[in-house]
Amino acid sequence: MGAHASEPIIQVKDLSVTFSGCQALNGITLDIRRNERLAVIGPANSGKTTFLRCLNRLNDLKHDYRHTGNILLDGKDVYDSDVDVARLRRRIGMVYAVPGPLPWSIYDNLVYGPKLAGIRSRDRLDELVETSLKAAVLWDEVKDRLRMPAHNLSGGQQQRLCLARVLALEPDVMILDEPCSGLDPISTAKIEDALVELKSSHAIVLVTNNTKQAGRASDRTAFFLMGKLIEVDDTTRLFTNPTDQRTNDYLVGQFG
Amino acid sequence: MKQDRFIAFILLMLALSALSGLVLITVFIFKEGLPLILQTGFRDFFLSSDWDPKGEHFGILSMIVGSLAVTVGAMAIGAVFGLGMAIVLTQFCPPGLVSILKPLIELLAGIPSVVYGFMGVVTIVPLIRNHLGGPGLSVLAASIVLGIMVLPTVTSISVDALKAVPRAYWEGSVALGATKWQTTHMLMLKAARSGILAAIILGMGRALGETMAVIMVAGNALEIPGSPLDPVRTLTSNIALEMGYATGRHREALFATGVTLFVFIMIFNTTALAISRRSAGKGGGR
Repeated sequence: MGAHASEPIIQVKDLSVTFSGCQALNGITLDIRRNERLAVIGPANSGKTTFLRCLNRLNDLKHDYRHTGNILLDGKDVYDSDVDVARLRRRIGMVYAVPGPLPWSIYDNLVYGPKLAGIRSRDRLDELVETSLKAAVLWDEVKDRLRMPAHNLSGGQQQRLCLARVLALEPDVMILDEPCSGLDPISTAKIEDALVELKSSHAIVLVTNNTKQAGRASDRTAFFLMGKLIEVDDTTRLFTNPTDQRTNDYLVGQFG
Repeated sequence: MKQDRFIAFILLMLALSALSGLVLITVFIFKEGLPLILQTGFRDFFLSSDWDPKGEHFGILSMIVGSLAVTVGAMAIGAVFGLGMAIVLTQFCPPGLVSILKPLIELLAGIPSVVYGFMGVVTIVPLIRNHLGGPGLSVLAASIVLGIMVLPTVTSISVDALKAVPRAYWEGSVALGATKWQTTHMLMLKAARSGILAAIILGMGRALGETMAVIMVAGNALEIPGSPLDPVRTLTSNIALEMGYATGRHREALFATGVTLFVFIMIFNTTALAISRRSAGKGGGR
């Protein structure tokens, strides 16, 4: 896209969310820029995951979900009635905390999304499988056994497969919900490496409980606390010189 | 400790006595029925439709065909509606409505079969007679009544199978841009396939074994049906209708009918069991 790199791709405006009347998010206003990695940190129950799931409207699937405010993707409200939700979820690809490959082969896992998007050509699907596996740093490990059940892979490989599965959708934004929480340091490093490569073509939102990971693998960091956005800044500045006392307390381990 | 062992012993005896019931029934019907099959010959017993107890002709082909026709018809109706119900309950229904609908469907299982038969006679049979022709008492009428009767079996086992599919599969699929319906038919039905198959086969066993409602609506004629509008007699109806006055070889022939039924139902149930075991072993894999 010709748009300037620091221009926002997603604008969240005064977003508040309740589940059965319980406040989960409270007046979040936050821009996500093209080609940046934004980390979202904060203690448990601070609304990080809820925030992510608002972006691709996964929260819609809960019956007691209500929200106010706006989320604009390229200037268009994602909650407008004429938005194709399935297409929106392909533009904003999500990776979950627990790797959840579908009970099929590696290949079928990867082509499921593109097939839903209407891609039928064998060559095109094969090409997507290869490029997405390469981008997720998994190609060399599985290229000879694409027909093998995905469940035979190790946990770290499964999570990279889930990353590749989302990449095969060719999304504009990638949202990752604690993608490394169950992984060993080597698998974690591989996923973080993949994110560095991906940033040139995708905006990335990374929710993490691991502040060190936020420090390593993001350009900007947002700190959430009890459903509120406390502050958002360049990662180095936020980590070395936070403006809010609560951010500082969290980073030095005073609570959370 | 001593008390535990005593109670364990009592419970073991109770369990064994229930099991011995099964063994005794099996031995008894085979002992009563098998000699007649051997004397008559497999060909004359299974492949002839000449059933004339007075003339000592015992061919049950028309009843085997009748039972299978009614069962297949019942499953065509029961599987479609039961599976549809299970899909709605697990995928598309708000939880509040599920808690009302599911018990209602399970309540169907509690209605006595004679009531189903009665409903069939006063509503479905006249409908068929007036709108489609024939005597009304027919394969079609029995299929509809049985189709409704197997709904609770098919629905509740299918619901369990669909619920056993990990939530992560469903969420993964939706997050990749699948609609609920695409997720249902491309992922959920495949992942729950063996459980659903087991549900349908158990439903078939139920339909094949049902007697009272079938006697009331199937017409009980001793002929191979040429169309769904023809009356039929099933294996179960034959036993129930004639047992009251049968003696000697006639009575043995009814036990032999029972043996046939027993074998059919055993095949259905072991198939269902094998399918659900296999899927449990594979963790619902493809």
